[in-house]
Amino acid sequence: MEELGREHESHRMGMHTEQLTGRTQQVFFSPSEERNFTYRTGFDVDFNKRTELDVADMEATAINLELRRLMSEGYGTIVVKNPGAKHSLGVSILNRLQLYFEGSLGYFGCGLIDGPNVRVSGRVGWSFAENMMAGTVIVEKNAGSTFGAAIRGGDLVCKGDVGSRTGIDMKGGTIIVGGRTGVLSGFMMQRGRLVVLGDAGDNLGDSMYDGTIYVGGKIASLGVDAVTGEMTELDVQWLKRKLAIYGLETPNGVENMTKVVAGKQLWNYDNLEPTEKKLVL
Amino acid sequence: MTQDKDIDQYLTGDGVDTAREKEIGQHIGYRYDVNLVPDYDRLTPFLREYMEVMGWDDLNWLEDVHMGYEESRPAVFDRNINGWVTVPPDITLPDNQQDRDMIARELLIRFQMSERHPLVELNKAYRKF
Repeated sequence: MEELGREHESHRMGMHTEQLTGRTQQVFFSPSEERNFTYRTGFDVDFNKRTELDVADMEATAINLELRRLMSEGYGTIVVKNPGAKHSLGVSILNRLQLYFEGSLGYFGCGLIDGPNVRVSGRVGWSFAENMMAGTVIVEKNAGSTFGAAIRGGDLVCKGDVGSRTGIDMKGGTIIVGGRTGVLSGFMMQRGRLVVLGDAGDNLGDSMYDGTIYVGGKIASLGVDAVTGEMTELDVQWLKRKLAIYGLETPNGVENMTKVVAGKQLWNYDNLEPTEKKLVL
Repeated sequence: MTQDKDIDQYLTGDGVDTAREKEIGQHIGYRYDVNLVPDYDRLTPFLREYMEVMGWDDLNWLEDVHMGYEESRPAVFDRNINGWVTVPPDITLPDNQQDRDMIARELLIRFQMSERHPLVELNKAYRKF
Protein backbone atom coordinates (compact mmCIF):
# COMPACT_ATOMS: atom_id res chain seq x y z
CA MET A 1 0.00 0.00 0.00
CA GLU A 2 2.92 2.32 0.62
CA GLU A 3 3.78 2.01 -3.07
CA LEU A 4 0.38 3.44 -4.02
CA GLY A 5 0.98 6.67 -2.13
CA ARG A 6 4.28 7.47 -3.84
CA GLU A 7 4.65 9.34 -7.09
CA HIS A 8 5.71 6.77 -9.59
CA GLU A 9 8.93 7.04 -11.54
CA SER A 10 6.88 7.25 -14.74
CA HIS A 11 5.41 10.61 -13.62
CA ARG A 12 8.86 12.03 -12.97
CA MET A 13 9.85 10.99 -16.50
CA GLY A 14 6.93 12.96 -17.92
CA MET A 15 5.27 9.91 -19.45
CA HIS A 16 1.80 10.96 -18.33
CA THR A 17 1.84 14.30 -20.14
CA GLU A 18 1.99 12.63 -23.55
CA GLN A 19 -1.02 13.25 -25.79
CA LEU A 20 -2.10 10.01 -27.42
CA THR A 21 -3.36 10.72 -30.92
CA GLY A 22 -3.99 7.27 -32.35
CA ARG A 23 -2.66 3.81 -32.66
CA THR A 24 -0.45 4.35 -35.70
CA GLN A 25 3.08 5.42 -34.86
CA GLN A 26 4.25 8.07 -37.30
CA VAL A 27 7.93 7.47 -36.74
CA PHE A 28 9.62 4.34 -37.91
CA PHE A 29 13.22 3.35 -38.02
CA SER A 30 16.18 5.33 -39.26
CA PRO A 31 18.25 3.66 -42.03
CA SER A 32 21.33 4.55 -39.98
CA GLU A 33 20.06 2.61 -36.97
CA GLU A 34 22.74 0.62 -35.22
CA ARG A 35 22.66 -3.12 -35.95
CA ASN A 36 21.51 -4.84 -32.80
CA PHE A 37 19.83 -8.22 -32.48
CA THR A 38 18.77 -8.35 -28.84
CA TYR A 39 16.60 -6.23 -26.58
CA ARG A 40 18.30 -3.25 -24.99
CA THR A 41 16.90 -4.37 -21.66
CA GLY A 42 18.25 -7.93 -21.91
CA PHE A 43 21.42 -9.55 -20.63
CA ASP A 44 24.46 -10.02 -22.85
CA VAL A 45 25.09 -13.77 -22.68
CA ASP A 46 27.50 -16.15 -24.38
CA PHE A 47 26.19 -19.56 -25.52
CA ASN A 48 29.66 -20.99 -24.91
CA LYS A 49 29.60 -19.99 -21.24
CA ARG A 50 27.89 -22.96 -19.57
CA THR A 51 26.87 -23.83 -16.04
CA GLU A 52 24.79 -26.40 -14.17
CA LEU A 53 22.23 -25.74 -11.46
CA ASP A 54 20.92 -28.44 -9.12
CA VAL A 55 17.49 -27.29 -7.90
CA ALA A 56 16.45 -30.33 -5.88
CA ASP A 57 16.22 -28.31 -2.66
CA MET A 58 15.11 -24.97 -4.08
CA GLU A 59 11.69 -23.30 -4.34
CA ALA A 60 10.36 -22.16 -7.72
CA THR A 61 10.87 -18.44 -7.06
CA ALA A 62 14.44 -18.96 -5.95
CA ILE A 63 15.15 -21.06 -9.04
CA ASN A 64 13.81 -18.41 -11.40
CA LEU A 65 15.78 -15.67 -9.67
CA GLU A 66 18.92 -17.77 -9.85
CA LEU A 67 18.41 -18.25 -13.59
CA ARG A 68 18.18 -14.48 -13.93
CA ARG A 69 21.33 -13.97 -11.88
CA LEU A 70 23.25 -16.47 -14.01
CA MET A 71 22.17 -14.66 -17.17
CA SER A 72 23.32 -11.36 -15.67
CA GLU A 73 26.75 -12.97 -15.26
CA GLY A 74 26.81 -13.84 -18.95
CA TYR A 75 25.93 -17.55 -18.81
CA GLY A 76 24.28 -18.44 -22.12
CA THR A 77 23.86 -22.18 -21.51
CA ILE A 78 22.26 -23.34 -18.29
CA VAL A 79 21.50 -26.95 -17.38
CA VAL A 80 18.89 -27.35 -14.62
CA LYS A 81 19.15 -30.67 -12.80
CA ASN A 82 16.44 -32.30 -10.66
CA PRO A 83 13.55 -29.92 -11.47
CA GLY A 84 11.30 -32.44 -9.72
CA ALA A 85 8.10 -31.44 -11.58
CA LYS A 86 7.99 -28.13 -9.71
CA HIS A 87 5.54 -25.56 -11.05
CA SER A 88 6.28 -22.30 -12.88
CA LEU A 89 9.93 -22.93 -13.66
CA GLY A 90 11.75 -21.04 -16.41
CA VAL A 91 9.14 -18.30 -16.74
CA SER A 92 9.49 -14.74 -18.05
CA ILE A 93 12.87 -15.21 -19.69
CA LEU A 94 13.11 -12.34 -22.19
CA ASN A 95 16.57 -13.20 -23.43
CA ARG A 96 18.53 -15.35 -25.82
CA LEU A 97 19.57 -18.41 -23.84
CA GLN A 98 20.09 -22.17 -24.13
CA LEU A 99 18.18 -23.69 -21.22
CA TYR A 100 18.03 -27.42 -20.52
CA PHE A 101 15.84 -29.13 -17.92
CA GLU A 102 16.98 -32.63 -17.03
CA GLY A 103 13.70 -34.07 -15.75
CA SER A 104 10.04 -33.05 -15.75
CA LEU A 105 8.24 -29.77 -15.08
CA GLY A 106 4.90 -29.14 -13.35
CA TYR A 107 2.21 -26.59 -14.22
CA PHE A 108 2.82 -23.36 -16.11
CA GLY A 109 6.44 -24.06 -17.00
CA CYS A 110 8.29 -21.73 -19.38
CA GLY A 111 5.42 -19.24 -19.61
CA LEU A 112 5.84 -15.73 -21.00
CA ILE A 113 9.22 -16.41 -22.58
CA ASP A 114 10.64 -14.31 -25.38
CA GLY A 115 13.74 -15.69 -27.07
CA PRO A 116 15.29 -18.68 -25.27
CA ASN A 117 15.81 -22.16 -26.67
CA VAL A 118 14.53 -24.63 -24.09
CA ARG A 119 14.68 -28.41 -24.01
CA VAL A 120 12.90 -30.55 -21.41
CA SER A 121 14.01 -34.17 -21.23
CA GLY A 122 10.89 -35.32 -19.34
CA ARG A 123 7.20 -34.43 -19.27
CA VAL A 124 5.39 -31.16 -18.58
CA GLY A 125 2.12 -30.28 -16.84
CA TRP A 126 -0.78 -27.98 -17.71
CA SER A 127 -0.37 -24.76 -19.64
CA PHE A 128 3.22 -25.27 -20.62
CA ALA A 129 4.74 -22.29 -22.51
CA GLU A 130 1.59 -20.27 -22.05
CA ASN A 131 1.85 -16.86 -23.73
CA MET A 132 5.19 -17.75 -25.31
CA MET A 133 6.45 -14.88 -27.49
CA ALA A 134 9.56 -16.22 -29.26
CA GLY A 135 12.19 -18.95 -29.10
CA THR A 136 12.11 -22.72 -29.40
CA VAL A 137 10.85 -25.15 -26.78
CA ILE A 138 11.12 -28.92 -27.12
CA VAL A 139 9.52 -31.44 -24.77
CA GLU A 140 10.85 -34.94 -25.28
CA LYS A 141 7.93 -36.82 -23.67
CA ASN A 142 4.23 -35.99 -23.07
CA ALA A 143 2.48 -32.76 -22.09
CA GLY A 144 -0.70 -31.89 -20.19
CA SER A 145 -3.71 -29.84 -21.25
CA THR A 146 -3.68 -26.30 -22.67
CA PHE A 147 -0.23 -26.83 -24.09
CA GLY A 148 0.84 -23.51 -25.61
CA ALA A 149 -2.27 -21.64 -24.52
CA ALA A 150 -2.38 -18.13 -26.03
CA ILE A 151 1.05 -18.55 -27.60
CA ARG A 152 2.00 -15.54 -29.73
CA GLY A 153 5.19 -16.67 -31.43
CA GLY A 154 8.04 -19.16 -31.62
CA ASP A 155 8.16 -22.93 -32.01
CA LEU A 156 6.69 -25.16 -29.31
CA VAL A 157 7.27 -28.86 -29.83
CA CYS A 158 6.08 -31.91 -27.86
CA LYS A 159 7.42 -35.15 -29.25
CA GLY A 160 4.84 -37.25 -27.39
CA ASP A 161 1.09 -36.90 -26.82
CA VAL A 162 -0.62 -33.82 -25.39
CA GLY A 163 -3.89 -33.30 -23.54
CA SER A 164 -6.94 -31.28 -24.48
CA ARG A 165 -7.23 -27.67 -25.68
CA THR A 166 -3.77 -27.56 -27.22
CA GLY A 167 -3.11 -24.09 -28.62
CA ILE A 168 -6.31 -22.65 -27.20
CA ASP A 169 -6.55 -18.96 -28.14
CA MET A 170 -3.19 -19.06 -29.93
CA LYS A 171 -2.35 -15.78 -31.63
CA GLY A 172 0.72 -16.82 -33.57
CA GLY A 173 3.68 -19.15 -33.54
CA THR A 174 3.90 -22.84 -34.31
CA ILE A 175 2.89 -25.76 -32.09
CA ILE A 176 4.01 -29.21 -33.19
CA VAL A 177 2.68 -32.36 -31.56
CA GLY A 178 4.58 -35.52 -32.44
CA GLY A 179 1.83 -37.83 -31.20
CA ARG A 180 -1.88 -37.30 -30.52
CA THR A 181 -3.75 -34.25 -29.27
CA GLY A 182 -6.94 -34.14 -27.20
CA VAL A 183 -10.34 -32.54 -27.64
CA LEU A 184 -10.88 -28.90 -28.57
CA SER A 185 -7.35 -28.39 -29.84
CA GLY A 186 -6.98 -25.07 -31.64
CA PHE A 187 -10.10 -23.77 -29.88
CA MET A 188 -10.59 -20.09 -30.75
CA MET A 189 -7.19 -19.83 -32.40
CA GLN A 190 -6.66 -16.53 -34.15
CA ARG A 191 -3.48 -17.12 -36.13
CA GLY A 192 -0.39 -19.30 -36.16
CA ARG A 193 0.04 -22.95 -37.05
CA LEU A 194 -0.85 -26.10 -35.12
CA VAL A 195 0.78 -29.25 -36.55
CA VAL A 196 -0.38 -32.63 -35.23
CA LEU A 197 1.42 -35.66 -36.62
CA GLY A 198 -0.88 -38.21 -34.95
CA ASP A 199 -4.64 -38.18 -34.35
CA ALA A 200 -6.71 -35.21 -33.17
CA GLY A 201 -9.64 -35.41 -30.75
CA ASP A 202 -13.17 -34.08 -31.12
CA ASN A 203 -14.04 -30.49 -32.04
CA LEU A 204 -10.71 -29.66 -33.63
CA GLY A 205 -10.41 -25.94 -34.37
CA ASP A 206 -13.74 -25.06 -32.79
CA SER A 207 -14.56 -21.37 -33.28
CA MET A 208 -11.20 -20.63 -34.87
CA TYR A 209 -10.92 -17.14 -36.33
CA ASP A 210 -7.87 -17.71 -38.47
CA GLY A 211 -4.62 -19.68 -38.54
CA THR A 212 -3.93 -23.14 -39.91
CA ILE A 213 -4.07 -26.65 -38.47
CA TYR A 214 -2.28 -29.57 -40.16
CA VAL A 215 -3.09 -33.13 -39.06
CA GLY A 216 -1.21 -36.25 -40.11
CA GLY A 217 -3.54 -38.81 -38.50
CA LYS A 218 -7.29 -39.10 -38.05
CA ILE A 219 -9.53 -36.23 -36.94
CA ALA A 220 -12.31 -37.36 -34.60
CA SER A 221 -14.44 -34.36 -35.57
CA LEU A 222 -14.11 -30.74 -36.63
CA GLY A 223 -15.43 -27.98 -34.40
CA VAL A 224 -17.88 -25.27 -35.37
CA ASP A 225 -16.62 -23.17 -38.32
CA ALA A 226 -13.50 -25.29 -38.88
CA VAL A 227 -13.28 -26.51 -42.46
CA THR A 228 -10.75 -28.43 -44.50
CA GLY A 229 -8.50 -26.37 -46.78
CA GLU A 230 -6.32 -27.05 -49.78
CA MET A 231 -2.63 -27.77 -49.22
CA THR A 232 -0.40 -25.50 -51.31
CA GLU A 233 3.15 -26.13 -52.47
CA LEU A 234 4.30 -23.45 -50.02
CA ASP A 235 2.55 -25.31 -47.17
CA VAL A 236 4.33 -28.54 -48.12
CA GLN A 237 7.74 -26.86 -48.34
CA TRP A 238 7.23 -25.13 -45.02
CA LEU A 239 6.08 -28.32 -43.25
CA LYS A 240 8.99 -30.37 -44.56
CA ARG A 241 11.45 -27.71 -43.48
CA LYS A 242 9.92 -27.22 -40.05
CA LEU A 243 9.59 -30.92 -39.21
CA ALA A 244 13.16 -31.61 -40.35
CA ILE A 245 14.46 -29.03 -37.86
CA TYR A 246 13.02 -31.09 -35.00
CA GLY A 247 13.73 -34.51 -36.48
CA LEU A 248 10.04 -35.35 -36.88
CA GLU A 249 8.14 -37.13 -39.63
CA THR A 250 4.50 -37.73 -40.37
CA PRO A 251 3.61 -41.38 -41.07
CA ASN A 252 1.79 -40.77 -44.36
CA GLY A 253 3.91 -37.99 -45.79
CA VAL A 254 3.47 -34.25 -45.52
CA GLU A 255 1.54 -34.07 -48.80
CA ASN A 256 -1.19 -36.26 -47.32
CA MET A 257 -1.75 -34.22 -44.17
CA THR A 258 -5.18 -32.66 -43.69
CA LYS A 259 -5.24 -28.89 -43.61
CA VAL A 260 -7.91 -27.20 -41.49
CA VAL A 261 -8.72 -23.50 -41.66
CA ALA A 262 -11.47 -21.16 -40.47
CA GLY A 263 -14.70 -21.09 -42.40
CA LYS A 264 -14.95 -17.44 -41.28
CA GLN A 265 -18.69 -17.65 -40.72
CA LEU A 266 -18.40 -16.85 -37.02
CA TRP A 267 -16.63 -13.52 -37.36
CA ASN A 268 -18.42 -10.92 -35.29
CA TYR A 269 -19.40 -8.57 -38.07
CA ASP A 270 -23.02 -9.55 -38.26
CA ASN A 271 -26.31 -8.83 -36.53
CA LEU A 272 -26.42 -12.34 -35.07
CA GLU A 273 -24.79 -12.97 -31.74
CA PRO A 274 -22.03 -15.64 -31.86
CA THR A 275 -24.15 -18.20 -30.03
CA GLU A 276 -27.03 -17.65 -32.43
CA LYS A 277 -24.66 -17.99 -35.32
CA LYS A 278 -23.41 -21.28 -33.97
CA LEU A 279 -26.97 -22.62 -33.98
CA VAL A 280 -27.39 -21.58 -37.59
CA LEU A 281 -24.20 -23.37 -38.57
CA MET B 1 -3.41 -16.66 -51.45
CA THR B 2 -2.11 -13.13 -51.39
CA GLN B 3 -0.11 -13.51 -54.58
CA ASP B 4 -3.31 -13.96 -56.55
CA LYS B 5 -4.64 -10.55 -55.49
CA ASP B 6 -3.65 -7.01 -56.36
CA ILE B 7 -0.52 -6.49 -54.30
CA ASP B 8 -1.39 -2.82 -53.73
CA GLN B 9 -5.02 -3.47 -52.87
CA TYR B 10 -4.78 -1.83 -49.46
CA LEU B 11 -2.51 0.98 -50.58
CA THR B 12 -4.79 2.18 -53.33
CA GLY B 13 -8.13 1.44 -51.66
CA ASP B 14 -9.70 1.51 -48.22
CA GLY B 15 -10.43 -2.20 -48.09
CA VAL B 16 -14.19 -1.71 -48.12
CA ASP B 17 -14.97 -3.92 -51.10
CA THR B 18 -17.58 -6.59 -50.44
CA ALA B 19 -21.28 -5.90 -50.05
CA ARG B 20 -21.09 -6.66 -46.35
CA GLU B 21 -18.08 -4.37 -45.86
CA LYS B 22 -19.93 -1.56 -47.66
CA GLU B 23 -22.97 -2.13 -45.48
CA ILE B 24 -21.05 -1.83 -42.22
CA GLY B 25 -18.57 0.72 -43.59
CA GLN B 26 -15.41 -1.04 -42.53
CA HIS B 27 -12.98 -3.64 -43.74
CA ILE B 28 -13.41 -7.18 -42.41
CA GLY B 29 -10.33 -9.11 -41.39
CA TYR B 30 -6.60 -8.50 -41.66
CA ARG B 31 -5.10 -6.41 -44.45
CA TYR B 32 -2.82 -9.26 -45.42
CA ASP B 33 -2.92 -13.05 -45.50
CA VAL B 34 -2.04 -14.12 -41.95
CA ASN B 35 -1.77 -17.74 -43.08
CA LEU B 36 0.94 -17.04 -45.66
CA VAL B 37 4.07 -18.96 -44.65
CA PRO B 38 7.44 -17.44 -45.57
CA ASP B 39 9.44 -18.29 -48.67
CA TYR B 40 12.93 -18.89 -47.27
CA ASP B 41 14.58 -18.27 -50.64
CA ARG B 42 13.88 -14.58 -50.03
CA LEU B 43 15.64 -14.14 -46.68
CA THR B 44 17.70 -10.95 -46.31
CA PRO B 45 21.31 -11.10 -45.00
CA PHE B 46 20.21 -9.18 -41.89
CA LEU B 47 17.59 -11.80 -41.06
CA ARG B 48 20.07 -14.64 -41.58
CA GLU B 49 22.39 -12.99 -39.09
CA TYR B 50 19.55 -12.48 -36.62
CA MET B 51 18.63 -16.18 -36.80
CA GLU B 52 22.25 -17.13 -36.17
CA VAL B 53 22.59 -14.86 -33.14
CA MET B 54 19.41 -16.25 -31.61
CA GLY B 55 20.40 -19.86 -32.31
CA TRP B 56 17.38 -20.54 -34.55
CA ASP B 57 17.17 -22.53 -37.76
CA ASP B 58 14.41 -20.39 -39.17
CA LEU B 59 12.59 -17.10 -38.70
CA ASN B 60 10.82 -18.33 -35.58
CA TRP B 61 8.36 -15.67 -34.33
CA LEU B 62 9.02 -13.54 -37.38
CA GLU B 63 7.08 -16.08 -39.46
CA ASP B 64 3.98 -14.26 -38.19
CA VAL B 65 5.21 -10.80 -39.17
CA HIS B 66 3.91 -9.44 -42.46
CA MET B 67 3.84 -6.13 -44.24
CA GLY B 68 0.42 -4.73 -43.43
CA TYR B 69 -1.41 -1.68 -44.69
CA GLU B 70 -2.89 0.83 -42.29
CA GLU B 71 -4.68 3.94 -43.44
CA SER B 72 -3.41 3.31 -46.98
CA ARG B 73 0.21 3.28 -45.88
CA PRO B 74 2.55 0.30 -45.57
CA ALA B 75 3.04 -0.52 -41.91
CA VAL B 76 4.24 -3.26 -39.58
CA PHE B 77 2.39 -4.30 -36.44
CA ASP B 78 4.64 -4.20 -33.38
CA ARG B 79 3.13 -6.47 -30.72
CA ASN B 80 5.36 -4.95 -28.05
CA ILE B 81 3.67 -1.57 -28.35
CA ASN B 82 0.37 -2.90 -29.68
CA GLY B 83 0.39 -0.53 -32.62
CA TRP B 84 1.17 -0.12 -36.29
CA VAL B 85 4.51 1.41 -37.17
CA THR B 86 4.64 3.03 -40.58
CA VAL B 87 7.30 2.29 -43.14
CA PRO B 88 9.39 5.33 -44.22
CA PRO B 89 7.96 6.76 -47.46
CA ASP B 90 11.32 6.67 -49.24
CA ILE B 91 11.47 2.86 -49.17
CA THR B 92 10.41 1.35 -52.49
CA LEU B 93 8.20 -1.67 -51.98
CA PRO B 94 8.91 -4.83 -54.02
CA ASP B 95 6.17 -6.14 -56.28
CA ASN B 96 5.36 -9.26 -54.24
CA GLN B 97 4.17 -9.91 -50.71
CA GLN B 98 6.93 -12.36 -49.78
CA ASP B 99 9.69 -9.78 -50.33
CA ARG B 100 7.62 -7.11 -48.62
CA ASP B 101 7.22 -9.42 -45.61
CA MET B 102 10.99 -9.88 -45.39
CA ILE B 103 11.47 -6.10 -45.37
CA ALA B 104 8.80 -5.79 -42.67
CA ARG B 105 10.61 -8.37 -40.50
CA GLU B 106 13.94 -6.60 -40.83
CA LEU B 107 12.46 -3.18 -40.09
CA LEU B 108 10.66 -4.49 -37.04
CA ILE B 109 13.79 -6.05 -35.55
CA ARG B 110 15.79 -2.87 -36.13
CA PHE B 111 13.06 -0.84 -34.44
CA GLN B 112 12.46 -3.18 -31.49
CA MET B 113 16.14 -3.42 -30.67
CA SER B 114 16.85 0.32 -30.94
CA GLU B 115 17.18 2.83 -28.12
CA ARG B 116 14.21 4.69 -29.59
CA HIS B 117 11.78 1.88 -28.92
CA PRO B 118 9.12 2.81 -26.32
CA LEU B 119 9.87 -0.32 -24.30
CA VAL B 120 13.22 1.17 -23.28
CA GLU B 121 11.49 4.09 -21.56
CA LEU B 122 8.79 1.85 -20.10
CA ASN B 123 11.46 -0.43 -18.71
CA LYS B 124 13.16 2.45 -16.93
CA ALA B 125 9.85 3.60 -15.48
CA TYR B 126 8.25 0.36 -14.38
CA ARG B 127 10.90 -2.35 -13.96
CA LYS B 128 10.60 -3.90 -10.52
CA PHE B 129 13.67 -6.10 -10.35
